Amino acid sequence: MKFAVQVLEGPYNNEASDTAYNFIKAALERGHQIVRVFFYHNGVLNVNNLADPPQDDRNVYARWTELGRDKGIDIVACIAASKRRGIKEGHIIEGTRISGLGQLTDMAIEADRLITFG
Amino acid sequence: MSDEMDNGGGENRKKIAFVMRRAPHGSIYSYEGLETALIVAAYEQDLSLIFTGDGVFALIAAQDTSALGVKGFIKTYRALDGYDVNKIYVDRESMERRGLKPEDFIIPVEIKEAAQIAAIIEEQHATIPY
Repeated sequence: MKFAVQVLEGPYNNEASDTAYNFIKAALERGHQIVRVFFYHNGVLNVNNLADPPQDDRNVYARWTELGRDKGIDIVACIAASKRRGIKEGHIIEGTRISGLGQLTDMAIEADRLITFG
Repeated sequence: MSDEMDNGGGENRKKIAFVMRRAPHGSIYSYEGLETALIVAAYEQDLSLIFTGDGVFALIAAQDTSALGVKGFIKTYRALDGYDVNKIYVDRESMERRGLKPEDFIIPVEIKEAAQIAAIIEEQHATIPY
């Protein structure tokens, strides 16, 4: 099945980002396809490359890089939401990109299931 | 323009519903939700907007955000008509429990019972909650 994933919450303050990651990992392991991950609202904070979380906890940012760079999943932060929150090109983690709401529309059309976290 | 617009999405035209659940102010969900709806509308999809819970407050015509110091966006709802988006549904119980009537809203809406809204959601290709 083709899944599209929307994340509306930033990391650490809320479990949505963790749950989305775990869902994607589980879906990939079962042979499903992830059309795209789209970050909206505070979700865009997931791609902030200035963050430096404590070493003894999970690194939410590294997880997204793992999925984007290593697994080849298209991971997009909404440009309008990013501009509001100080997220911009040059300051985003590897394996992610910034683009418009058309990317959300496209994945909603293309995927069999669109799942929102947050 | 309706016929052309209706066919604009071609074979890829999908039923997509937004479920607006939160009050228009106090968080950005409602505002950014409307922004997304307008983008999807521009892609000429078969769009529905469903207002339930505190989401029904978003449609009140008589809003003044000046005391909040935030930009109001109630008039933006009128832009939906320009994209031929007229499937605007309001949950009757949510509306009545908040003392609201259809005349209070900025755009024409269809009042639906909870079971009818469930059926509308059931027939969508994608449902996007804000």
